[in-house]
Amino acid sequence: MITYLSNNGDTVLAALRQHIWLALVPVLLGFVIALPIGWLGVRFPWLYHPLVNVAGVLYSIPSLALFVFLPVLLGTKILSPLNIVVALTIYTVALLARTVADGLRAVDPLIVQAASAMGYRRFKRLTDVELPVALPVILAGLRSATVANISLVSVGALIGVGGLGQLFTRGFQLFYLEPIFVGIILSVLLAAAADGIIVLIQRALTPWTRA
Amino acid sequence: MNLSYLFDAAHWDPSATGSFPDLLLAHLGYVALALLIGTVIALPVGLYIGHTGRGSFIAINAGNAGRSLPTLGLLMLMVTLLGLGLLPVLIALTVLVIPPILTSAYAGMRTLDSQVVDAAKGMGMRPWQVLTRVELPMALPVLFSGFRSAALQVVATATVAAAVGLSGLGRLMIDGLAVNDYSRVLAGAIVVALLAVLLDLLLAQVQRWIVSPGVSKRF
Amino acid sequence: MSRIRLAATAAGLATALLLSACGSGDDPLASDDSGASSAPGTVTVGSANFAESELLAEIYSQALEAKGVTVKRQFNIGARELYLKALQDGSIDLLPEYNGALLSALQTGGAPEGVSKPEDVLAALKKVLPAGTEVLDQSAAEDKDTLTVSQETATKYSLKTIDDLKPVAGQLVIGAGPEWQERYQGLKGLEELYGVKFKEFKPLDAGGPLTVNALKKGDIQVGNIFSTDSSIKTNNFVVLDDPRNLYLAENILPLIRTSAKTDAVAGALNAVSAKLTTENLTTYLAQVQVDKKDTATVAKAFLSENGL
Repeated sequence: MITYLSNNGDTVLAALRQHIWLALVPVLLGFVIALPIGWLGVRFPWLYHPLVNVAGVLYSIPSLALFVFLPVLLGTKILSPLNIVVALTIYTVALLARTVADGLRAVDPLIVQAASAMGYRRFKRLTDVELPVALPVILAGLRSATVANISLVSVGALIGVGGLGQLFTRGFQLFYLEPIFVGIILSVLLAAAADGIIVLIQRALTPWTRA
Repeated sequence: MNLSYLFDAAHWDPSATGSFPDLLLAHLGYVALALLIGTVIALPVGLYIGHTGRGSFIAINAGNAGRSLPTLGLLMLMVTLLGLGLLPVLIALTVLVIPPILTSAYAGMRTLDSQVVDAAKGMGMRPWQVLTRVELPMALPVLFSGFRSAALQVVATATVAAAVGLSGLGRLMIDGLAVNDYSRVLAGAIVVALLAVLLDLLLAQVQRWIVSPGVSKRF
Repeated sequence: MSRIRLAATAAGLATALLLSACGSGDDPLASDDSGASSAPGTVTVGSANFAESELLAEIYSQALEAKGVTVKRQFNIGARELYLKALQDGSIDLLPEYNGALLSALQTGGAPEGVSKPEDVLAALKKVLPAGTEVLDQSAAEDKDTLTVSQETATKYSLKTIDDLKPVAGQLVIGAGPEWQERYQGLKGLEELYGVKFKEFKPLDAGGPLTVNALKKGDIQVGNIFSTDSSIKTNNFVVLDDPRNLYLAENILPLIRTSAKTDAVAGALNAVSAKLTTENLTTYLAQVQVDKKDTATVAKAFLSENGL
């Protein structure tokens, strides 16, 4: 495996870089989109069930099909990384919108009442009280979405854009284990690192949970 | 973009290789086997860890570590190691199924009200009885939601089997892509999504049957 | 209640999906023709999803880089049906092609009759190239699609040519890339030209490890393997002759977008084609397939040993 890495260092690094980019941009986009959607599901309770169900259906569309179909819907080029980014953003939103809604719903009504009594208006109460209290739940969802995205990017290799997934297809075509091993190990390490970073962020943002 | 492939009667002939019924059956076979093997492995471990509290670290982190393993890579690794066939696909899908079941079995056991368990012991139940008559029924809703998400995930992911020459609904996508027939890819996506929805409805119904009304609060 | 909602939501979603799908109207892959994606002066080199195509693409890339051209690599895209679209929509500018297979793919109804010699194939090919693309000089290196069987199968049914398959094909399973279901040079041509109809078709890969291993294990009895593949020799496979020329001349040549073709690019690629032969390609490909050497290293060795 060492010889493989020393011979193919550049290829592996390029694949890793692409992988990080393809996995993490959708996490950020998805997070930003999911926040208001999840909030809507709480603000208008009748929206909650349709939201959860649509999210469930979206999540059950196989990634390969989505990767292939987005060029049709978006008019993007078929090898554009944008297709992967949009597809993974959809999955992230599907996962996170529900988590955001669940997190906000689980906020103790007494806390909300106390905040209102202290004179918080709706938006300020949301940003200063409800969201911070719901943050551990939301970030737990963000962790699974991030880890899932990192593992899903590789499917893109079946259509020629897949970060570390390209190492899988290459090894597979040559019946050669090294690239596959390297790809899996890097993918798992990347997931662990991203997960660790979110945990650190969570600790920094919610100091009270450690008390 | 059209649905001609989906609605072409020739593609619904159950006796033809590659027809929807043929692929659906193969697909369901992969899903069912992976869920079965995954449950047999993950459920006892998750219950044990949740029951005893020993090894919680494993239960929590196994979930994350398992999720981070890229299924496509694992599948290609297994095929390279073991050759063609059902086994590599089952291994890759089972690895996918284990984390949610393990984690939810653990979580279901941990969230039990300890007073209820104490009461059961106080009534003179043996540890085995406490587990099967009290803890398991009460942990069932959480456990079952883990099983449902595992099922949904594996329905969508079993499509990768086609990437290594096996059958299943992924064939429609891989073949459709290879011959530039988007109607076929679309048909595959729709059938998989419908299958996931139907399976989820079915499992929700099963959950209603097997979860005790006392637990689900539907008297 | 929530069940009904779920069903309703699912139905709604399906409708939305269909509407949006129908709305976009035309062929998805004919999306936008708005020029190449790469920065000016950059040539994006693509490849198909098998080892030889990737090796050739790497040789092209390094030859271009040696002449100071900036290269972006976009390898391992898929089958011809897919990468031709990528070439047309500008996702890639250049890739290694096989003249006969490309001709059969582009000519409706397959390649014209009587065209099988390299020059004839090239002339016919030039007439049907998609707008905005052209081919450069073709090399002497050939890599044909073949129907290949194991030694045992060949002995058992005394097979030498594809014609010999006709009486026994009904008992045999054939394996090839999924694209063979639709290609003239796949199942269609075999049936029309040779009257050969197999018991079953197994969609595997384009002459890759799935096909080779399935043939070895007996999951399939007939496989589509490329003539330059070293696995034919290592496994004692028997390549069936093609007396009716279903598989045309398959000389390797660069297919390029006209917009990316500068004198420097054409010069570098034609110099590669001038040196490429079936023998040296087979040798270098074996270094990738058998010795598991890195594609870039092998490509580099090829170029330096041929003074490029």
